[in-house]
This record gives sequence, C-alpha cells and structure tokens, in this order.
Amino acid sequence: MKKGFLAHGMTTCAGCTMELIARTVFDTLGEKTIVVIPPGCAAILAGYSLETPLELPVVMSNLEATAAFAAGIRAGLEAQGKNDVNVLGFAGDGGTADIGLQSLSGAVERGDRILYVCYDNEAYMNTGIQGSGSTPLGAWTTTTPGGKASRRKDLGLIMDAHGIPYVATASPAYLEDLAKKVAKAAATPGPSFIHVHTPCPTGWRFPTAKGIEIARLAVRTGMWVIYERVNGVLEVNIKPAKRLPVTEYLKTQGRFAGIGEEQVAAMQADVDRTWSQLAASGEVLQSAGA
Amino acid sequence: MRQVMDGNTAVAYGARLSRVQVVAAYPITPQSTIAEVLASFCDEGSLNARYLRVESEHSAMSATVGASYTGVRAFTATASVGLALMMEVIGVAAGSRLPIVMAVANRALCSPWSLWCDHSDTMAMRDQGWIQMYAENCQEALDFVPLAYRIAEDPLVQLPAVVAIDGFFLSHMSDTVEIPEQEKVDSFLPPRGPGLMRMDPAAPVAANVLTGPPFFTEAKYPMAEAMERVPGVAGRAMAEFGRVFGRQYAQVVAYRCEDADTALVAMGSVCGTVHHVVDKLRSQGRKVGLLRLVMFRPFPYDEVRAALVRAKNVIVLDRTPAVGTVGPLQAEVRTALYGTNPPPEVSGFVAGIGGRDIPEATVLRAMEEALAAASAIGRAGPAFVDAPALENWVDVIRSAPAATAVAPAVVEVKSR
Ligand SMILES: Cc1ncc(C[n+]2csc(CCOP(=O)(O)OP(=O)(O)O)c2C)c(N)n1
Ligand code: SF4
Ligand SMILES: [Mg+2]
Repeated sequence: MKKGFLAHGMTTCAGCTMELIARTVFDTLGEKTIVVIPPGCAAILAGYSLETPLELPVVMSNLEATAAFAAGIRAGLEAQGKNDVNVLGFAGDGGTADIGLQSLSGAVERGDRILYVCYDNEAYMNTGIQGSGSTPLGAWTTTTPGGKASRRKDLGLIMDAHGIPYVATASPAYLEDLAKKVAKAAATPGPSFIHVHTPCPTGWRFPTAKGIEIARLAVRTGMWVIYERVNGVLEVNIKPAKRLPVTEYLKTQGRFAGIGEEQVAAMQADVDRTWSQLAASGEVLQSAGA
Repeated sequence: MRQVMDGNTAVAYGARLSRVQVVAAYPITPQSTIAEVLASFCDEGSLNARYLRVESEHSAMSATVGASYTGVRAFTATASVGLALMMEVIGVAAGSRLPIVMAVANRALCSPWSLWCDHSDTMAMRDQGWIQMYAENCQEALDFVPLAYRIAEDPLVQLPAVVAIDGFFLSHMSDTVEIPEQEKVDSFLPPRGPGLMRMDPAAPVAANVLTGPPFFTEAKYPMAEAMERVPGVAGRAMAEFGRVFGRQYAQVVAYRCEDADTALVAMGSVCGTVHHVVDKLRSQGRKVGLLRLVMFRPFPYDEVRAALVRAKNVIVLDRTPAVGTVGPLQAEVRTALYGTNPPPEVSGFVAGIGGRDIPEATVLRAMEEALAAASAIGRAGPAFVDAPALENWVDVIRSAPAATAVAPAVVEVKSR
C-alpha cells in the first residue's frame, strides 16, 4: 500500500507530535480517504494558499463542524454507492471537546460512518495556547495563567455514553498501537473515535526532543490510559507494569511549574481511582511491556 | 397534475422533482414541514436521498457542504435564527463554489423573538455569494427549486442559491399548485455535472484552505464574476422553463409600469396585495405600477433602472427592519437609479416586519405619505409605515409578569 501522503518540511513546530500522529493515521488509511481538518495546528496539513503537503483529498472545515462536514461527505458517498472510501475527521481538542462537541455528538448519535481522530495537545495551540476543556488540572495556559482550576473532560467516556461502536485512546509513543486502532476504526461499520495524546513542546514548555519520552511517561504514570472499547467492551491495551508517580510526568513540563501540592495530590488520586476501577472491573487484560 | 398544497410542501415537491441526493435539515418554524415532508418522501421511497437528521442548522449547512463536495445534489432548508446559526458556513458554500439550493421560509431575526415573516434572515446573508430568489406564491415555491438548481449548477455559475418563501404567508398558505411531470423536470434539470470542486480520492485536491493576502482576492474575484454571469444564465434558464412548463419567469416583473407616474417596488408575497392596489388605483385613473423583484442577488440593476426610469415617484417597501440605515431593497433601488436624469423621487418604507400583515391600507398609506412628502430628493430615512405611536414602547421588550403592560394600541401613525 502506498505510504507517505504527507510531504516533509511543513511549518509545524520542531518536535511536534501531532505531525507524527497525522502521518501514521494517513499512511494507515491509505489513498481511498477523504480528510476533513478544522482550524487548529493541523490545518497546515491541509495546505496554505496554493500549496498542500497532503496527497489526499482534504477540505478545511469550520472549527465546530468537523463531524458534520464528514457526515455530509459520507452521505454524499453513500448516495453514490461509493462505500470503499474512508472519511476521516482530524481535529484538535478544542475543535472536538469544546466548540465541536455538538456536531460530533450528533454524528455519533446518528451512527454516521466517520472516523474521527482527536489529536489532543490539551489547549488551543494555534491561537496561542489558550485553555480548553481538555486542558488538565493545574496546567498553565495563556487563559489559565494561575493554572487551570478545573479538571479536564473525558472525551472517551463522552463517546462511550453515545454507545459508539468503536472508541480508543492512543499515544505517539506507541505508534503501532495507533496504527492498529486506525485500521480497526476504519473497518467499523458505524462511527469511530480515537483520542490521541499529543505532547506539544511549544504549548507545554518542554525541549523539542522530549515529546515521545513525555508521551511514554504519561502512559507509565497512568495519566493517559491506552484502551480500546469495542461495542462497549473495554480493554486496556497497555498496562504499565509499575505505575510511576504523576510527578514524574508533571515535572517534565513548564506548564505545570506552578502547580500546587493539593492539585498534584488530586491528580494522583484521580489516576489511582481510575486504575483501581479498571482493575476491579476486570478489564485490565494485558501488559504490553510499557 | 394539480394539487392543493402549502408553500413548504411545494418546496419539498420541488426538491423531490430535482432528485436531490442528500438532505440535511433541522426543525425551525416556519420551515419545519419542509424537513418533515422530505423525510417522509425518503422514508416511503419516493425520493432516493440520504436524509441527515442533523443536530443543528450549523451542522445542516456543514453536512450539505460536505455532501455537495462529493458531487451530489444537496438540499437544506431553514429560517431566521437557524439561518443566522448557519452563517459561518454560508460563506463556505459560496466560496467553495458548491451549487447547493436552500429554501428559507422567511422569518424575523430576534430580538424580540418572533416566529413570523420578514426578510431580515435572508437579508443578513445577502452579500455572502448566494443567488437569491423570492417567491410570490406556492407555484413559484415549487418551480424555483429546480430553476435554482439549474442556474446554480450551470458551469458558468457554480454558486449556491436560496429560494425564499415568506414564512406563513407562503409556507403555510394552501394554494393550487401544478406539479410538473418528472420527465419534464429531468429534461430541464439533468444530473449535476462535474463542477469545480470535488473530494475524490482518484484526484486529490485541498479545498477551502487558509489563504494568504496574495491569493484571497484571486479566490473571491471569480465569485463576483460568476455572479455577474447569473443574469444571462438565469434568463436562458427561465426562457427554457417557460417553454417546457408553460410558466414564464423573469428576474424582475414590471406590472403596468410602462406609463406609471408612481411605481411601487416590493418582493415576496406582498406583491399580490400590491398588484391588487395597482389595479384598483388604475381603475380610478391613477397611473400606478408595481415592480416586483424575483431575484435580489445578483441585483438586477439594469432591469430595475429600465423599469423605473420613467416614473416620477418610486416607493419601495422593505420587509426588513432598517436600523441606522435605509431598507436594503430601497438602498439597491436608489443605487440602480443613481445618475438617471431626471431622477425619480425615491421613498422607502419598512412595513410588515415580524409577521405584521401588509394590507391594502398600509400600501395606500405609504403611497400617500410618499407623495405628500415628495421633494426634490424624495425621502431616504427608515420610515416604518405601519408603526403605531406607543407611549409605553419599553413595555413591549420588557413585559411585566402581570402581562397587562403591553397594549400597543394603534393611536395614530407617528409623524416621522
Ligand atoms: C468559530 C471559530 N472560533 C474561533 C476560531 C479561532 N481558532 C482557530 S484555531 C483555534 C484553536 C483550536 O484549538 P484545537 O482544536 O485544540 O487545535 P490546536 O490549535 O490546539 O491544534 C481557534 C480557537 C475559529 N477558527 N472559528
Ligand atoms: S503548537 Fe504544538 S501542536 Fe501546534 S504545531 Fe506546534 S508543537 Fe505542534
Ligand atoms: Mg489543541
């Protein structure tokens, strides 16, 4: 199968993991794919003026309408009996968890066969690192200068509450897992959603070489759970052998420099609770040697 | 076949006859029954389309755009705040050069809330690159849908189009409508051609991307050029429509204007009333005419000038609240007449907003006021011809719980 749909030398920041995620997603889906990208850092993958780095048909949607554009494209393809084309929405956390949540909810509730990948860099990066509904507790952004006072929302659970047939999380530290999930999602007869952790050196304040390391730390501390839920049945795909304390993750990033002890304790408690719930539910199945 | 139906049903028949392939719509009064009838057409199999029960008008327009990008004929319908919610994507449809047709059952924009007719919704989108046609009756509500697709999909055009029908006055009024035969519509409106924009894995392109100052003008300018080709395309399409279906349409309809001293200008369902007023005054020996705008975008400046240039007085009825300006129809008519010598005296009135009826008396009052005030330059201000004098106007927007406060009795027409 053809690979390399995205040219090199784009104007994403050095060390951007979103770009890596995008390459993996596009290469897994292959050429029979139509892509919808809203405003956000990924818009640069769609193109600028007369140029595009992407060798796939792509339309830049409106920020709150990625899923609706994709749903319309799917409907148009279905009306023509073209059923062998993937329809991919590739959107940031702001365009997904906040302003785009409504259209995503509508498309998933209707059962439209779209594959929606949310690359989550945990803030509105393209507009200058403003806080989003997916910004974690305690994180500095330009609109949470004293650290975010509230927790993030859980997109995966929101999707699960819709009864979505396929929802998964992924990480650029585990690209094979991501690729496997993209293939599975594309083969799902209904809507599918993949939520990908996306370390961002520019917005999170870490050295450009550290993105993958930080992504892996998020998994090893248990802060980012790598799972898959097929028709409601949960499977944790990567189970850290021994969970590191969340501080190991937090200390790598300037955005958590001002975080208070209470918030760190709250985050650790959240992580511990999540994992004991997972263990109790019997759904923690295997270790991928994280 | 002739059948009694309301304007919304007529629109739905127009969409079915146009063989639309994707419909995305969200309920809003007075549009909702268009969405309902189309849903039942799809359900019963009389229309072979994918029906997207979207969760908002924003998504209705977004999905319609998405569908149109795959090359199918896509349709949506809305009104009022629904159209306002779509507004962000309205420009995407035009800029992406997608020949979508949207029906709008015209309804006032809030505030205050209103369910009823005026043109403030479609007027708010008038410069976004959409063709706009305003129907006068239920037959036109049906006919204008295939006509709009034919014009929009013309290779010389490739722009979206609105078919506007006055909320309630047309959307919910029943009338006898001739339903054209499918074969005739098929011959008038062949399947959508390849178009300019298409999402096709066999020939990938990037569409609607961020575009810098060196190219933005280059993207917009061809839209304006395409819009300039609409009158020619529409004229040919309307002529063929006349040949095929026996109903002749035009971008403007001048009724008894040739020798009129006084010409009234209006759009939409009120034209029926104005028509009647013209006949009545003509029978009294007064030289009065009506110029009806069928197309508001592109604005038919030449036709309007030609029809009005001989009149002494031109009186424009805007069914759109004009705040801090004159009504949009009046502004356009003034532009059309600018530089004519001698210039007709143009007066403009706002009437019939928020569903207020425009009876004969209102039309006559507008005429009498205009003629009485006639001066060298006419009157340009935003005159609300059917506004009562209210002592307690603030109570209208700030209703007290006792609900006794609002008593907007028409005392007299306020002097303006
Ligand atoms: C309706 C609307 N509001 C605001 C914007 C401005 N805007 C452009 S990109 C962006 C940030 C999007 O954040 P996210 O989806 O997280 O993507 P990221 O930039 O982080 O990649 C915003 C707010 C817009 N394009 N459209
Ligand atoms: S701001 Fe972050 S997500 Fe955006 S391009 Fe730069 S590194 Fe990538
Ligand atoms: Mg983001």
